[in-house]
Amino acid sequence: MELKRVVVTGLGALTPVGNTVAETWENLVNGVSGAGPITHFDASKFKTQFACEVKGFNGADFIDRKEVRKMDLYTQYAIVAAKEAIADSEMDLEKEDLNKIGVIYGVGIGGIHTFEEEVLGYAQTKDTIGPKFSPFFIPKMIADIASGQISIMYGFHGPNFTTTSACASSSNAIADAFNYIRLGKANVIVAGGAEAAIFPAGVGGFNAMHALSTRNDDPQHASRPFSASRDGFIMGEGAGCLILEELEHAKARGAKIYAELAGVGASADAHHLTASHPEGLGAKLVMLNALEDAEMKPEDIDYINVHGTSTPVGDVSEAKAIKDVFGEHAYKLNISSTKSMTGHLLGAAGAVEAIASVLAVKNDIVPPTINHAEGDNDENIDYELNFTFNKAQKRTVNAALSNTFGFGGHNACVIVKKYAE
Amino acid sequence: MSEIAERVKNIIVDKLGVEASEVTTEASFTNDLGADSLDTVELIMEFEKEFGISIPDDQAEKIATVGDAVSYIEANAK
Repeated sequence: MELKRVVVTGLGALTPVGNTVAETWENLVNGVSGAGPITHFDASKFKTQFACEVKGFNGADFIDRKEVRKMDLYTQYAIVAAKEAIADSEMDLEKEDLNKIGVIYGVGIGGIHTFEEEVLGYAQTKDTIGPKFSPFFIPKMIADIASGQISIMYGFHGPNFTTTSACASSSNAIADAFNYIRLGKANVIVAGGAEAAIFPAGVGGFNAMHALSTRNDDPQHASRPFSASRDGFIMGEGAGCLILEELEHAKARGAKIYAELAGVGASADAHHLTASHPEGLGAKLVMLNALEDAEMKPEDIDYINVHGTSTPVGDVSEAKAIKDVFGEHAYKLNISSTKSMTGHLLGAAGAVEAIASVLAVKNDIVPPTINHAEGDNDENIDYELNFTFNKAQKRTVNAALSNTFGFGGHNACVIVKKYAE
Repeated sequence: MSEIAERVKNIIVDKLGVEASEVTTEASFTNDLGADSLDTVELIMEFEKEFGISIPDDQAEKIATVGDAVSYIEANAK
C-alpha cells in the first residue's frame, strides 16, 4: 500500500520563553534565555536553585475551575498547548469525523508534583487516621492522562495514548502519529509533549545524578551547549503541540501548511542507564534511520536542532555523530541547541524542538545556540562545525532534523521539510 | 451555623468548585452539587483530614448530603 503524506497544520507552545508559539519563536530567534531562580518551591537548600520555568501561568484561565483541580500541572500545560494548536489549525470540528482524530502526547515523567504531595500526605496520616490518598491521585499522576483529557475535552475518538522514552518522549509521539496517519488510521493527530517536573523530587533526583548545572549565580548563562565550561543541563517545563494531518485531508479543507513531516527514526544506545554512547552510536543510527525513512540524503538537511543539553558527555558524542553521518556536509549545515534558551523540557523537548524546526523551515531562520563565550572551546568538539553561536542566522532551510535522546538510551529523530506539491 | 458546619462547607466549596450559597444542609453531593463518585470519595477524605477522624467505608456510603456530613462529624469528631 502507498503511504500517505503528512503535513503540519497547527502549532501550540507553552514554554519558558513564551506562552504562545509566536512569543516563543520571537524569543528563540532573539536569543532570550528563559532561566531564573526556581519559584515553584523553596529550592534554597538544593544544589541547583534555578530552572527555566513557564511564567505567569494560571491553568484556570484556560480550563474549567472544577476540572483544573483534578489535573497535574503537566496536564494543564498539555491542554493549553493543544488548545492553541487546534485553534491555529482552523479545523471546523463540526465537520470532522472525530473517530479519525487522535491524540498522542509524549511525557517523560508525568505528575511528579502530584506524587510528591500525595506521599507527603500519606506520611502525615499513616500513623494517626490511617493512610489517606486522594481518589484523584492516580488519574492526576499517570503519564497518559494528558492525552485522555484532551480527547475528553474535544470528543476525539481516534488513537489515543502516551509515549514515554524520557527526553525523547515527544519525538516518539510525533513518530507514532506520523505512522498512524500515513497508514491511513487517522486523518489528524494532535501530537505533542508536556512536562512539569521542577519540584523537589525532580530537581533533587536530577541533582543526585549530577545532571544539572549548579551555576546558581548566573542562571541565564548556565545553559551553554558545546562550550567547554558547560556543567550540566537546566531543567525546563511546558508543552508543545503539533497538528499532524494527512495531506489530502488538509488540502480538501484549505488548511495552511507549515511544513511536511518527511521522516522519523528511532534507535537505542544499548549502552548505559544515563550516559550516552561515547562514540554517539545510537545518535548516528537514529539520524541514518530518519534520513532513510524520509528518502533523503545527508546533503538535503540544512539545519539540525540538536539534543545538545549542555552536559559534558552528551554534547561531545552528538557532535561526533553528526560528523559521522553528514561527512563534509556537516560543515555546511547549521546546528543549534534551543535548549540554551528554553532549558531541557524533558518529555516536552521533542515537541517544542520540532516546532522550532518547523518554524526554521517556514521562516528560513535558524535560532541560535546562546551563551558561547569567545574561546570557551572544548578540545573534544570541532568548532569548524557551525553551531550558530549567539545569533540567529538567516539561510534557506529546506529541511531540518531534530534529535532527542533519553535516559535509558532511547533516541528519536524527526525530519521536516518545506511542503511542495 | 456551627463551626463544624462552616468548615465542612468551606471544604465543599473548595473541592467541588460550587458557590457557597448552593451548599445548603439538604444539598446532595451528587444530585445538587455535581459531584461524581471520585469527588465524593475525595470529600470524605478531606473531612477525615480536617477533623482528624477515620470514616469507615460503610459509614461513608451513607453520607449523601451536606447535613449528613455535618451530623456524622459532630457525632464523631473529638
